[in-house]
Amino acid sequence: MTATHVGRSIRRKEDPRMIAGRANYVDDIVLPGMLHAAIVRSPEAHAAILSIDKSAAEARPGVVGVFTGEDLAEDFAAPLPMAWDPPGVDINVPEHWPVKRGEVKHVGDPVAVVVTTDRYTAVDAAEDVIVDYDPRPAVVNPEKALEDGSPLVWDQFGTNKTHEWSVSGGDIEAALAEAEVTVEQRVVNHRTSGAPIEPRGSIGEPRAESLTLHSSTQIPHIARLQLAGMLGMPEDKVRVIAPDVGGGFGAKLQIYAEEALVLALARRLGRPVKWTESRSEHMSNSHHGRDQVAHVTLGAKRDGTLTGLKVRVVADLGAYMQLLTPFIPELGFPVAGGCYKLPAIDFHVTGVFTNKMATDAIRGAGRPEVTYWMELMMDKLARELDMDPLELRRKNFIPKDEFPYETALGIFYDSGDYAGSLDRLLQNFDLDAFRAEQAELREKGIHRGVGFSTWVEVCGLAPSRAVGPQGVGLQAAFWESAMVRVHPSGSATVYTGTSPHGQGLDTSFAQIAADRLGIDPENVDVLHGDTDQGPWGWGTYGSRSLSVGGESVARAAEKVQAKAKKICAAMLEAAPEDIELADGKFQVKGSPGKSMAMAEIAFAAHVPPQELSADIEPGLEENAFYDPENFVFPFGAHACVVDVDVETGKVKVVRYVSVDDCGPAVNPLLIDGQVHGGIVHAIGQALYEQIVYDEEGQLVTGTFVDYALPTAAEVPSFETDRTETPSPVNSLGVKGVGEAGTIAATPAVVAAVLDALSGHGVEWIDMPLTPMRVWEAIQGKDGAPAGSNGGGGA
Amino acid sequence: MSETVHVQVTVNGEQRAMEVEPRLLLVHLLRDTLGLTGTHVGCDTTNCGACTVHMNGEAVKSCTVLAAQADGAEVTTIEGLAPKGNGALHPLQEAFWEHHGLQCGFCTPGMIMAAADLLQRNPDPSEEEVRHGLEGNLCRCTGYHNIVKAVRSAAGSEVKA
Repeated sequence: MTATHVGRSIRRKEDPRMIAGRANYVDDIVLPGMLHAAIVRSPEAHAAILSIDKSAAEARPGVVGVFTGEDLAEDFAAPLPMAWDPPGVDINVPEHWPVKRGEVKHVGDPVAVVVTTDRYTAVDAAEDVIVDYDPRPAVVNPEKALEDGSPLVWDQFGTNKTHEWSVSGGDIEAALAEAEVTVEQRVVNHRTSGAPIEPRGSIGEPRAESLTLHSSTQIPHIARLQLAGMLGMPEDKVRVIAPDVGGGFGAKLQIYAEEALVLALARRLGRPVKWTESRSEHMSNSHHGRDQVAHVTLGAKRDGTLTGLKVRVVADLGAYMQLLTPFIPELGFPVAGGCYKLPAIDFHVTGVFTNKMATDAIRGAGRPEVTYWMELMMDKLARELDMDPLELRRKNFIPKDEFPYETALGIFYDSGDYAGSLDRLLQNFDLDAFRAEQAELREKGIHRGVGFSTWVEVCGLAPSRAVGPQGVGLQAAFWESAMVRVHPSGSATVYTGTSPHGQGLDTSFAQIAADRLGIDPENVDVLHGDTDQGPWGWGTYGSRSLSVGGESVARAAEKVQAKAKKICAAMLEAAPEDIELADGKFQVKGSPGKSMAMAEIAFAAHVPPQELSADIEPGLEENAFYDPENFVFPFGAHACVVDVDVETGKVKVVRYVSVDDCGPAVNPLLIDGQVHGGIVHAIGQALYEQIVYDEEGQLVTGTFVDYALPTAAEVPSFETDRTETPSPVNSLGVKGVGEAGTIAATPAVVAAVLDALSGHGVEWIDMPLTPMRVWEAIQGKDGAPAGSNGGGGA
Repeated sequence: MSETVHVQVTVNGEQRAMEVEPRLLLVHLLRDTLGLTGTHVGCDTTNCGACTVHMNGEAVKSCTVLAAQADGAEVTTIEGLAPKGNGALHPLQEAFWEHHGLQCGFCTPGMIMAAADLLQRNPDPSEEEVRHGLEGNLCRCTGYHNIVKAVRSAAGSEVKA
């Protein structure tokens, strides 16, 4: 097979409907008789519910029903799920019902739901519900929450600690004792929001004995399994459809209260019920990410050789355990130590309850946190050793001839060329010229700096044996499925168990299938996100879609190709092993004149013109289920250039140069797009975005007025480049790229600010590097304002 | 809210008249009353720009305009931007497609409408001018790189690779 479509920058098949305003997002769906739900949410961070007066709401015209947690007690057979059960570790998991009974645990916690005949009335009626609360002390700061005498989020556990989890390899105490230099730092990865531009939305639709959920989810099949369990229904009676989904970034990798609610209400009322999230609800009730404080110790010899890494993480998990809440702080561990040889690593996580929304997976999920502190600690160590930070990195890079490389933690990095990507970066970014320019600008009072990040991530979630019940203990597996169906006229439909929400899989998967079927990607329709259309699948997250889902498509298409060859052989009276696919034709090797197009073979498969062979079933359709043998480990080198206004503390990113390696490109256009978006997501975290709760647990950043996403005016155009080091894990050689920019960029941005401020005595500033924090750091004050979560205060 | 007001509005060249609640937002008139769901709602605070449409030839955020304020106005939405018939595309739609200026597509209609307004006012904007011109529209997927490229290409500007 020669690749004719894979590798090309084909423009996307998804786009025509989207640029014309003809996409189909959940809130665009209108069903006959559809009702609208609005949720009454707690304004208190922690309180007992004393009473709920529904009478005014019930009396409002257009109100169909008002339901409290007590009213819905019989509607759910099980609470919202949490999927991690690590062997030998007890996790405190409170019962988590869609609507609360007794107590509320964070601002936004649902206390009632109103159902009405129209959208506006729903909001009015929610305002009519009068709830009497008895406030309790709120727990906001995760480090203080662990101190004796702290108020408790959950009395029954007698502690705010959720769990502890450790992994180690090598002898860390010996390694640090042997170190000639150690650097230590408390590192904050603050709380952020996923903030896709499409808020969440869900519609429950009753159909006879069954229920359909239309939902903006990244995981339709998992949602069906879990929601059927919550509703006490057989899985086959629940269908989940993820239509066009307007971005996820992890925020839609969840089983949410509202999804369960609209289904329960639809079942109760016998009519479709729609709930559309407001942006304020997104900020308060779509799970948050990060919110970890890490104490990091890195040891080295005087010549820069790393000896050991010790990390103690305190993770603020919020009030409830959502699907993966306690697992996210651990998810970075496979790349603790980054792309460096580190003989000893010790990594320990303590999870903490606070009166906040749960944290869970947001773009990168655990790996941005690890990469952030690892890269900044390398810079810090370089300063301590008075060594060039890139030289220090080169000294410790895992050499490209040592892959697969087993880390101290027993993780096998699949392939890499870390020096190669840094070399490429420095070809594209002339560091000497930059240093000259920097010095010149400094004389004019302009503070310009550069920061570097040489990073590796772990993705392609995941080998089931590594992360499932037999591994780290997720109660799930992470293979992926694909169905490839060739129609009688030779066009094809692919169903993937992944569930894209902007990644462009309709296009890249069509390219993969087209090459293997000998047809044009234009004639391959890629379907996803409907549990009634194809085999079970695990969805889209963890940069898994291409390396696990795409590989499944390749495998299913290859099975179809093998059958096509048999049919072709029967038709052309040749041996199947003599048929080859070349230039879009199935032909007899050595006799190019004897060939068939896929359209002819497909028609023969459905309407045999002659007796083919007894062992050839009619039809032309195959499934594949693929469980990867290992994760994949994309890597790269990024350089960020910033200007810092030392009078105001304002930071401006002026240049960004990146080299990413995600293996051979399927569609370079899509890779660049993923990298651009990932970098800006990270720039947002580094400079602008932060979810802030005040000392009483009130959410301060409840809208886009207070939670600052980067705009076009805040970022530059990007200079992206790639190297291609194939992964041995899958036949495509590909690695994920959806989270790469987000994982790579925060340390580069922060390091650039520190470089720009050299000579000002600023060695550390906690993110986000807002003008106030930067200005305070220049003034020699603590860069973290009081009251912000994680960053001190409270 | 039983009181209603009469609103007559020309949407994408078609005259429409209806009775609406005085508080009805233009975006909900477009989406819920007229079924033009290409215009999106992404925030509650006029920050994200997903709801951008043209009213009397100028870009407005339709979540911050009452339907009643649009009485007598000409409104163009993403569905009405391209020349009618033959599936033709507006140069900006073509450029967003060609330059991968969208991923999830949710901000795209508002982004294209805002860009169309920008190009009316400034037919050949610099990169800086495009970036500032689109400051009122948020995108979480693209990092804006390819949006800027698409807008400059549609303007006939030279586009940096």
